[in-house]
Amino acid sequence: MFPPQFEYYAPNSVDDAVALLSRFNGEAKVLAGGHSLIPLMKLRLAAPSVLVDINRIPGLAYLREEGNHLKIGATTRTGELLESALLRKSYPILTDAAQEIADPLVRNLGTVGGNVCHGDPGNDLPACMIALGAEMSLHGPNGHRTVPAAQFYKDTFVTAVEPTEMLVEVRIPKPVARQGSAYHKIEKRVGDFAMAGAGVSLVLTEAGAVSHASIGLTGLGPTAIHAAKASASLVGQPADEAHLQQAAMLAQAEAQPSTDLRGPAEYKRAMAGVLTHRVLVRAVARAKGGA
Amino acid sequence: MAAAARPVSPAASLMSGGGPVARIQVSVNGQMYTAEVEPRTLLVYFLREVLGLTGTHVGCDTTNCGACTVHLDGKPVKSCTVLAVQANGRQVRTVEGLEVGGKLSAVQQSFYEEHGLQCGFCTPGMMMTATALLERNPNPSEAEIRDAIRGNLCRCTGYVNIVKAIKAAGKKMQAPPAGGSA
Amino acid sequence: MSADATPHVKGGLGQSILRKEDARFIRGKGNYVDDVKLPGMLYLDITRSPYAHAKITAIRTDKALKVPGVLAVITGKDLEAAGLAWMPTLMSDKQMVLPVDTVMYQAQEVAAVVADSRYAAADGAAAVEVDYEPLPVVVDPFKALEPNAPVIRTDRAEKSNHIWHWETGDKSGTDAALGGSAVTVSQDLYIPRIHVSSMETCGCIAHMDSVSGRFTIWMTTQAPHAIRTVFALVTGLPEQNIRVISPDIGGGFGGKVPVYPGYVIASVASIKTGHPVKWIEDRSENLQADSFARDYHIHAEVGATADGTVTALRVKTLADHGYTDAAANPSKFPAGLFHIITGSYPFAKAFVEVDAAYTNKPPGGIAYRCSFRVTEAVYTIERMMDILAHKLNVDPAELRLKNFIPPEAFPYKSALGWTYDSGNYAGALRKAMEIIDYAGLRREQAEKRARGELMGIGISSFTEIVGAGPSQTFDILGIKMFDSAEVRIHPTGKVIARFGTKSQGQGHETTYAQILAEELGIPADDIRVEEGDTDTAPYGLGTYASRSTPTAGAAASMAARKIREKAQKIAAHLLEVSPDDVEWKDYAFHVKGVPGKSKTMQEVAFAAYTNHPKGVEAGLEAVDYYDPPNMTYPFGSYICVVDIDKETGQVKVRRFVAVDDCGTIINPMIVDGQIHGGLTMGFAPALLEEIQYDADGNIHGGTFMDYLVPTAVETPNWETAKTVTPSPHHPIGAKGVGESATVGAPPAIVNAIVDALRPYGIEHIDIPVHPWKVWQVLHGGEKPG
Repeated sequence: MFPPQFEYYAPNSVDDAVALLSRFNGEAKVLAGGHSLIPLMKLRLAAPSVLVDINRIPGLAYLREEGNHLKIGATTRTGELLESALLRKSYPILTDAAQEIADPLVRNLGTVGGNVCHGDPGNDLPACMIALGAEMSLHGPNGHRTVPAAQFYKDTFVTAVEPTEMLVEVRIPKPVARQGSAYHKIEKRVGDFAMAGAGVSLVLTEAGAVSHASIGLTGLGPTAIHAAKASASLVGQPADEAHLQQAAMLAQAEAQPSTDLRGPAEYKRAMAGVLTHRVLVRAVARAKGGA
Repeated sequence: MAAAARPVSPAASLMSGGGPVARIQVSVNGQMYTAEVEPRTLLVYFLREVLGLTGTHVGCDTTNCGACTVHLDGKPVKSCTVLAVQANGRQVRTVEGLEVGGKLSAVQQSFYEEHGLQCGFCTPGMMMTATALLERNPNPSEAEIRDAIRGNLCRCTGYVNIVKAIKAAGKKMQAPPAGGSA
Repeated sequence: MSADATPHVKGGLGQSILRKEDARFIRGKGNYVDDVKLPGMLYLDITRSPYAHAKITAIRTDKALKVPGVLAVITGKDLEAAGLAWMPTLMSDKQMVLPVDTVMYQAQEVAAVVADSRYAAADGAAAVEVDYEPLPVVVDPFKALEPNAPVIRTDRAEKSNHIWHWETGDKSGTDAALGGSAVTVSQDLYIPRIHVSSMETCGCIAHMDSVSGRFTIWMTTQAPHAIRTVFALVTGLPEQNIRVISPDIGGGFGGKVPVYPGYVIASVASIKTGHPVKWIEDRSENLQADSFARDYHIHAEVGATADGTVTALRVKTLADHGYTDAAANPSKFPAGLFHIITGSYPFAKAFVEVDAAYTNKPPGGIAYRCSFRVTEAVYTIERMMDILAHKLNVDPAELRLKNFIPPEAFPYKSALGWTYDSGNYAGALRKAMEIIDYAGLRREQAEKRARGELMGIGISSFTEIVGAGPSQTFDILGIKMFDSAEVRIHPTGKVIARFGTKSQGQGHETTYAQILAEELGIPADDIRVEEGDTDTAPYGLGTYASRSTPTAGAAASMAARKIREKAQKIAAHLLEVSPDDVEWKDYAFHVKGVPGKSKTMQEVAFAAYTNHPKGVEAGLEAVDYYDPPNMTYPFGSYICVVDIDKETGQVKVRRFVAVDDCGTIINPMIVDGQIHGGLTMGFAPALLEEIQYDADGNIHGGTFMDYLVPTAVETPNWETAKTVTPSPHHPIGAKGVGESATVGAPPAIVNAIVDALRPYGIEHIDIPVHPWKVWQVLHGGEKPG
């Protein structure tokens, strides 16, 4: 219930934050929303000796389209995703996912950056970022680098972020015409981790064929999974029920579920298929101009 | 409405075994407080033990139950998962700040009138979440109410009367102001 | 029970007056144990075992003692020296306060640290070093009873994991009746371990004042007087110097009845340090170490005639009790009131046997709103009635209506020895069927079934048994289960009343005032109710198992009537007539046959202090210790409608109608609140909650991240209604109600789910009904449950 002692810093710039991370080389953790980190520290499952609070860094929380991208600052609260009319209209997969994260109180402090970087296979945004083809913008002692979402998730609680780096921004390509996206997860109880979740972003041609598709899976393996085969199976094909079903079956096979308190592996695998199908149907409807 | 910065008693710094402390200034229910706390001091314990505001409760250790809900710069948050140092320079509102000038808030009055509480332990957190909801949207649907309080667990009431209380409070908040209190 | 035409007293029976206790709760001014701060107070935290069964080979406290703020570390060896390493349980077994050499469940207390702040105490507890040698773990109660199972309780003379065998009923008669029945059905049912998880965890502040010799303990307890006596017996402290204060309690539901080791260790720490010592457990500790509920493996058989009249019931149960029998049952009933299991039906023959086993798990068994195992009993019989209905190809409502004990049969003596006071089972079921449009639902179901959609309707027609209890049969550690009310009227006609029970949210400050208002003709607003301080409250056995209204509520009435008897004499004196010429009518004392000549109770009260007649003592008060002549038997019928998502197996409760009958209703608003909360605590075990252990005794479901308590989103919008069948033996005809809904709800939900899955040919599915269990049925995988 009570975290062990630590040193606390609240820098006012990304450079200062990174300098602190370097100085403490691996012993310091970034504190953003704190709603993954502080619970771990209260249970004494994590005991970083230094916390670098990035909430006082101005200009790190934003949600805006600029050039060819939607740019989301790292300390944007997940609750703000729900409030955004822009997301609802053009990136509904993020609105869908935000609605399903934890509860509204947690979303008032939990950040997009945290949900993206924590590396829990049960976090909802990673699968969405994979589906959207997002890029994570990192800042470290050696400067700036970008990592695509599909390469960002290495293992449970392990992402591409080095101990001396921090995420500053997530960048998502702006949608094109006839692009639709959706996310859905099922849980034992609202706010719980997923039994299974799936997100997809796709683009239709004028004739109704799929020109682009990317499917991400939540809670179905050691990390969020990019269902590459399922995604590829749709490209160049009509967006009809048979092909959606086929993609769902392929996604099912690409899932790597384990049996745990959220269900037997066999069930989760089946749900990978069910949910992939559901979000595909939704995304196609949205691509065609529906909701 | 902040009063002059008011130091808390020296006992406030006896939060724990002599680790490095930070000096913070927090406005709580409109009153400014200054104190020295360890960085690891959770906001809920700062409120309860340093400031003696025991209306905010602790019900779990995994950020699930919401008994600790307070407003931080106007937004309802789980104060068990916020460090007191993170509240430095910010405004906190607790259940003790709902009653103003001896008048119960619409939410408090409605919880009373609709039997929206039994043991009372989840009630402060529940009311803080309800207050934030209704300040943004005084006419929520039942589904919106249930969704808004999904981070506040109750074991006694089965939520039926809590939902009624929040709806009733919203109606009061939409009505032109009248006199009277509980 | 005022009739419609007569005047009411403000706040009397049947009125939904708002609660008096709310004034402090809505302001955040409740006074829970953790809100109490005493000068010089220290804090206790506990180091716990990661192993389910292990020898302790060493405990090193030097690092802990070096942690800034830590003052002392207490181990089992320290307690052993004081004869306190073990203490008796409420079932006359033994439990460890701190182990000397062996731990027997994961999260068991191993050492305790006293420090000047909570944070330092936690640092200290984390710094205690313990060496363990793991021992073989027993988590399966069936395996625990096998001949070569490792013996957990080596301290007992009998080296086995079998705790006791208990049985009741007519074994040979039941065997014969079942054998001779035209139709029999049988089913295995498992009710897993769950945890009540009241929003406030357990805790205490123990304060041994060495100067005055007084030991005061603020404690989250539902039974302060029993605790005081137990402390006196265990510690040797004189009982008049022990004061137990149960202040505001954030939910009890049975979880705050047992004496947890933390209370005793804190007390020892206070004696040792000379300071008050506060111990407040974390939620994880609460879930992992405090008293659980259920964990019954049941095998049930029901016999019936060819036309569906029930004949016999035979039940065999294995009870997993954890490492010691610390369930807080009345002492003659180690399986609680499980033998209410003949339920609402007149089984001529019945036999029930229960065997209890030790396992490497925390102790307990009844802490979750269960009325002493009545949840287990009702779950069994109501599931069996549906299974029987299916076998007979009869509608489950029809089967129940055909079999119900009829109203004219009351008082009804069951085959297992209970005398039910009153009931109108058909009335409740018919009302529920009408409200929910049962016939319409069955038509809808037929249409949906034709389209392959899954919809189910489930009924539960339960009989509860509450109000422990009559002194011939009920005691806890020998203390009889009466309860008490002490009522005093002040000169200005205001009242203070104290009780031996202890509300944890049930609203006694309001409901007892309403009973007294009705009896005394004094408005409820003028009546102050207190509970929980053993220095001032009369002796009682506390609040659990829905006993308060049946016992202390009755005591309130009886005390008030004693006051009225004396008051009548004073009234006669004021009215200048003989007491025989005075009658109590319309909430005042009237001269018989002389309208207009009357005195109010307030006028009498004033006179009791200023103008009392010769031969009558001054003052106006009474105390009553009420020994109930019988239990009370609330009942009801619940109907649940579910829809099942065929792709995911998710179950949605579409509608739930609850018709309850708790006899005379004191405060309809409060009764409905109890029903709403109780239904939610029936819904939760049916669909969400369970505590499991793996083969090594590791707990799954030991934090609120994994132990899923319902939120407002999935909790249905409960629909409630009432019938009123008073208890003939209770002074105001009331029965208890707090637990009825928790008892009645689970089988209604499971019956609905099984009904929905009828096309798939299953008879039963074990709770909690996770989506994947349904999915496995739908996809022909492993049979669930």
